[in-house]
Order: sequence, then C-alpha cells, then structure tokens
Amino acid sequence: MNEKKPKAHRKSGLPTDTRWQDLPHVPVSLGVMGSIGKTGEWRILRPEISREKCNRCGMCYLYCPEGTMILKSGTGPEVNLTYCKGCGICASECPRKAIAMKPENTDRNNGRNE
Amino acid sequence: MALKELLAVEYTEEYLLAGNSACAGCVSELALRWALKALGPKTVVVSPASCANVYIGVWPGASPTVPFINMAFAAGASAASGIVAGYEALGKDDITVMTWAGDGGTVDIGIQALSGAIERGTNFIYVCYDNEIYANTGTQRSGSTPLAAVTTTTPFGKRENKKDIAKIIAAHEIPYVGVVNGADPQDVFDTFRKIKDIKGTKFVHLFSPCPPGWRFDPSESIEIARLAVKSGMWILWEQENGVFSLKKGSRRYLNKESRISVDEYLRRQGRFNLASEEEIRKLQDWVDQNWDEIRRRLACEEKGR
Amino acid sequence: MEEMNEEHADQTLILTGNEAAAWAARRAKVHVVTAFPITPQTTVMEAIAQFVDAGKMNSQFIRMESEHSVMAGMVGASMTGARTFTATSGQGLLYMAELVHWAAGARLPVVTTIASRGIAPPWNIWVDYSDVLSMRDTGWMIQFASTHQEIFDSVIINYKVAENTEVMLPAFVAYGGFTQSHTAKPVEIPGEDRIDNFLPPPPKGGWPHLCLDPDRPIVHGNIMMPHQEYMEFRFKIHETMERATSVIKKAIREFKDDFGRDYQGLIETYLSEDAEYLLVTVGALAEQAKDAVDSLRKRGVRAGLAKLRYYRPFPTEDLVALLEGGNLKAVAVADRSIAYGSPTGGHISSDFYSVLRQTRKEITYLPVVWGLGGRDVTVEEQVGLFEDLREFHEGGRVGGRNKLIYGTLWVGLR
Repeated sequence: MNEKKPKAHRKSGLPTDTRWQDLPHVPVSLGVMGSIGKTGEWRILRPEISREKCNRCGMCYLYCPEGTMILKSGTGPEVNLTYCKGCGICASECPRKAIAMKPENTDRNNGRNE
Repeated sequence: MALKELLAVEYTEEYLLAGNSACAGCVSELALRWALKALGPKTVVVSPASCANVYIGVWPGASPTVPFINMAFAAGASAASGIVAGYEALGKDDITVMTWAGDGGTVDIGIQALSGAIERGTNFIYVCYDNEIYANTGTQRSGSTPLAAVTTTTPFGKRENKKDIAKIIAAHEIPYVGVVNGADPQDVFDTFRKIKDIKGTKFVHLFSPCPPGWRFDPSESIEIARLAVKSGMWILWEQENGVFSLKKGSRRYLNKESRISVDEYLRRQGRFNLASEEEIRKLQDWVDQNWDEIRRRLACEEKGR
Repeated sequence: MEEMNEEHADQTLILTGNEAAAWAARRAKVHVVTAFPITPQTTVMEAIAQFVDAGKMNSQFIRMESEHSVMAGMVGASMTGARTFTATSGQGLLYMAELVHWAAGARLPVVTTIASRGIAPPWNIWVDYSDVLSMRDTGWMIQFASTHQEIFDSVIINYKVAENTEVMLPAFVAYGGFTQSHTAKPVEIPGEDRIDNFLPPPPKGGWPHLCLDPDRPIVHGNIMMPHQEYMEFRFKIHETMERATSVIKKAIREFKDDFGRDYQGLIETYLSEDAEYLLVTVGALAEQAKDAVDSLRKRGVRAGLAKLRYYRPFPTEDLVALLEGGNLKAVAVADRSIAYGSPTGGHISSDFYSVLRQTRKEITYLPVVWGLGGRDVTVEEQVGLFEDLREFHEGGRVGGRNKLIYGTLWVGLR
C-alpha cells in the first residue's frame, strides 16, 4: 500500500507580496486537487445517486474521468461536488440506472449556468 | 483482469488529481487516470504539447502526482530518450518513462522523434492518445483525422483518410504495439500492467473520443467508443515481437455480420454531419478492407505455424 | 589521433579543435552525450563514439535522428541530474533553437560546443559566428575559444560555472569551423584526477531546483498566466547572467591555480594598458591579432588588443574599465558575423554601444565586419585595420581597400 498521499486540497497560489528574490530558479508545480480552481462551479448537471437502486458495483467510480466518484466502503459511491464536472458518464454507465443527472440550481450559481 | 478487480483498494490511489481543466467527459483523462494506476508512482511522464499538457492546470499547482514534464511539441519521444539515458547513466533502472502524446504530436510533428527512438531500441512507453484532431488548439485536422470529419481547418469535411500510425510503428523492429480503447478502464489497465516490464519501446495507440471536438454529449463518451469498436472502425489488436493478434474486445468483429454499420457510429457525432453518401461508403469500404487484411494476415500466421 | 596510455597521467597530444572538445567531454565525465553529425562539428561526435565504444568513456551515447532531438535529449537527460554534452554547428544549431531556449528556461547546466559555420542558403561550412550569435538572447552563456587548448579548458571551466547552484545556466563554447575544428595543435590533457578535483561530479540528488525523482514528484513547464510571475522568472535568468560574471572569474582563477593557465577573465587583454588604438574581437582572429599588434608596436604604433572571451554575459564592467585606459583614442570592434539591419551590421559591435555610453571619455568608435563565411583575414589585413582606425580617428574617413558603409568598416568587401 502506498503510504505517500498526494497533497490534496492544498490551496495553490503564492502570497501576493512575492518578490523575484523569493522565487526558486524555475517554476515547478506540485500535485494538487483543484489546480485550476473549483471546477464543480462550472457544472450544469449534477449526478444524484439513488441509494435504493445502487448496488455498489463500482462502475461509476471506474468510468469517472475525473476521479470524483469516491467509493466509500459501506455507504457506496459519493460524488465530490467540488470538482465533479457533471459529464454524466456515471449516469450513462450505471447498469442499474441508479444515477440521474439533475440540473444545477442556477440561483446558487448566481445565474452562471445559463 | 476482470473489471471488478480494478476496485481493489491497492488501485484506489489517484495519480491524476481532480479539479483540472480537462473537458467534462474527456476520455484521455480517464485513460491517463488508469494508465498511471497500472504503472504506479515510479513513473515519469513526458507530455509534449497536447491537451494533457494544458489541462493539468496552472502553476504552482498541477494534477499529476508523479514527475511530469511539459515538452516541446515535436520532442515527446526525444526528450524521453534523454531521460531514459540519464537514468541509465545514473544507475536508476526501476523508473518507467512514458511519453503521453496526442495524435498531432505523434502522427505529424512528432513522428521523426518517435521513429528514431524506436529504431534505437529506447526503453520507454510511448502512448499516442488519438482524438483524431489537434484538440488543444481548438480542433484542427491532424494526419489522424478520418475522411469527411469536420474540423476548423476542414470546415466542409476532410478529403483525405486517416494515417494508420499503429501500422507504421508496427513496421519498425519493436517489441510491442498495442491498440487500446481508452474508454475501457480494463483494457487500459491491463495493457499498461502488461507492458510495464517489457524492454524496448512499447507503443500504445489509444482511442480517445473527444466530446467538444467530435460533437457529442459528454455523457456518451464511453458509448461512442463502444460503437467505434462494434463498427470495426477502431480495431483492438496487438503485435508482440512481430506476431499479430486480435484482442478479445475485437475478435468477434472479424465476422462482418457481427459488426454494426459504420454509419451507426458516424451519425452519433456532429463532426460527420457533412459526410456525403459516397464518403460514408468509402469509410465502410475502408473498414471492410482493414478487416480483410487482418483475416489474411491471421491466416498467413496460422499457415506459418 | 594519439592515444592516452593512462587516464591518470598528464599528457600532451596533437589534437584537432574537435578532438580537444571530445577530450574535454571525456575528462568532464559527462553522463550522457546526444549526437548528430553536421560539418564541421562531426568529428567531435566521431571521437566520442570511439571513446565510448572502446570503453574509455563511460557515457550514454545517443545517436539521435536530428538536432532538435539532440537538444530535447539533452534537456531530458539533464533533468534526471545527469551531466550532458553535445556539439553542433550552423543549421543544426538553428534546428534545435526551440530547445536551446528550453534548456535555459529550465535552467539546466548543459554545455555545448559549436564549431561555427555560415548559415544557408547558400551552403557555407566555414568559420562564421552568425550561428552561435543568433542564439545570443536565449539565456545561454556564450564563450569564444581562440586556441585549441582553450577549447579543452573552456568546456571544463564552463561545467564548473554552469553547475554552480547560483548560476544553473547552460553554456556554448564556440570556435571556428575548419580553422580551429580541423587544424591540429598540441593540447595538454591533464589526468582525470586533477580534473575531478577541479570539477566534482553532479550532486547525487540531482540539480536542487529541478530533478525528475519519483520520491519528490514535481511537474515542470505547465502553464503560467499573465498575472503570475512569468516576468519575474524571466528577469531572474537575466539577473543570474549578470551575477555569473563573478562566478566565471572565480572559476578562471581556480583553474589557473590548479592547472597554471591564466585566462584572465571574461576578456583577455594584450598590450592594452597604454594603447592608443584598440581592437576588440573574438576567436582565433583575436589570437592572431596579437601578431598584428606586435608588428605595429615595432613600428612605434601604440596598438592593443582585447579578446572578448565571454559574449554572454556581456562583460560591460570589464570593457568600460578597459576604455578608461589613459591613452586610448580609438577602438575598433570586429565581428566575424552579420546581424542584418542592426545598428552596425555586427552583433558585438552593436552591443558595444552600451559600453561607449557608460564611459566618460571621448573615444572614436569604428565597428568592423570581417571574414564572413570563412573568408580569410590575414595579419596584414589586421595591421591594415589599425591603420584604417587611425585614419578614421584623425579624419573621419577611410581610404584604402576596406569600405566604410553606413558607419561600419567592411574588411575586404568587393
């Protein structure tokens, strides 16, 4: 089992008073979630899982391109809504049709989802 | 490996973290996620200019948690060649080097460096994830774009058919060439697991349907890939040390009756909306010819045994 | 080519300039060499191929399929922490231009020798520094080697400078195609222990700022937005170049202590302290100009020479100090390269205006272009140049065979 965990959820960004003297020789980036921000904010459809229909087969986790379908042992798959892009592959691939894609609440997003 | 075995806890670590700028439903992202799970953390990735190059995100953050370098467009295979030599000189022989390039960076601008690296017997994996366009720059045609496809540089449909890069590479002296369905995590995982310890160049041609580029809904990415395989337009085969074989996913389509028509695959994608009847027929003929050629090759190899 | 009996003994061998470069790579114990032939550099690669395949040089030798791949391979190998070397010329250097920028942008301490040749079309394979000088703004240090011994010594010194953690910039060592690459001279090759003492191996953990190590995974080269620190990172490369002058001088002093040869610094002067007429130039023609200076001195003309060794970083301070010399009346700066449309038509002579701007003295300035495409420049012509310089200083005009056009003297222009 790999003990080294990636640095998840670390806010990426330099302090605003960075000077050239503080910088290293080259810009290198470290692995983080959300390297370009909360991609979930662009979503127009979100997956909703019906716990009655879901038999925790794990197909949604396998086919999710983003890796935002997390398999929790016991309770089953959960969507990481901070980064889920709402592509709908999970809903398409679920053998039990246990996932439905629901429109995002446009009020919550201040009309961003036009 | 059975699909369910991929659920094992040892494969749950993500080496490509979420929250990057890949399009929703990107098959190449899905494939990279599973390729890295199969190869593990002792992997170094060279990414020449392509979608992956950019979607991994903005400095000082990035999606990958393995060493990953961006590289000039034409230099995917040559930079990897240098990395392999560097590790060898420094006595580090347990690191997998992989070039993760698009079809543009392989079939067109990158073909010289790739061919040279193979000819030198460079010990690395070269993946061409094929979305059949220069997707990063906004869907211009590439050498890998099929006939009749609409792109921004072929606004009325491409007049030439697709360059078959896997066949070109298979004509080199190369231990492994494999054609993979990028939308099938099992195929991706099994392939990368298998090739990890082969010495020499391993070339993987990976099918990567592109929702914005091919104009279909992101939720259909996996289904589009299935149709491509079912119609026989995307053929899953391997060549190991010169011996050709069809992979399980494509074997049944040797029988033309089992194949769906090419049209059933094409009409699901907006990029073929301007395809004429004649062009669709040409594509169907091309697919049938490819399969005939495979049949003949398999028969030859059978006779030879 | 004569063979070494032992790696540890000091020996003097008769070597061509190219062979001297190859020996330097061997003594520097480079880990990876990427190779592609091009006249007149090819024999560097051939010599290294012989060394490697005969087991005398323990390097990975990648026979790349193009120069673009050569430099890509250098960048890749250097990122693993390996010491890397290659050689190229002319068209080859231009073909790898994109990756020349990459090596500097990634701050990788690679060293490349250039056997300079003319740029096509038409084909011209003879000495002309336009090739390396077209790379002058890429962030690479650029040094001209004017003798065969200097070719060998410079590669070693430049590895030491480049790999200094405060520098971490790549370096070109340029010399003349055919005039230096293919002629043979005695070259002292120190034993490997003495070189190891001066130039230790790269750090085990790779270059501190950038190393491809799965135990410390990083991503390099991904996108940076305008509001981020792209400008600052670019500034840092320039700032490092400016600071590198002191690292270079220190390395040259240490080289003198260890090996007895004194290269003075970023410039090398000859009879310049009391000179009235000074020539500033680069390469073998600078070395040759010492004969012209001697000849003039015999006639009572106070001629002097400054050999520009490093062109990048540009040795502004040293040149300004040179111009402050008590008797100096006029200075000529001669380029063996052409910079179309530039203020003077020559690279170095255009840059030199910044030096003139910073000195308080009134000095007559004459930019010169000579020897393009391998055209010979004889000692007599160099003597003639000093005479033209004096004539220009006294009357603002030049008679004789050389043509003064748009303010620049074109030696031997027909």
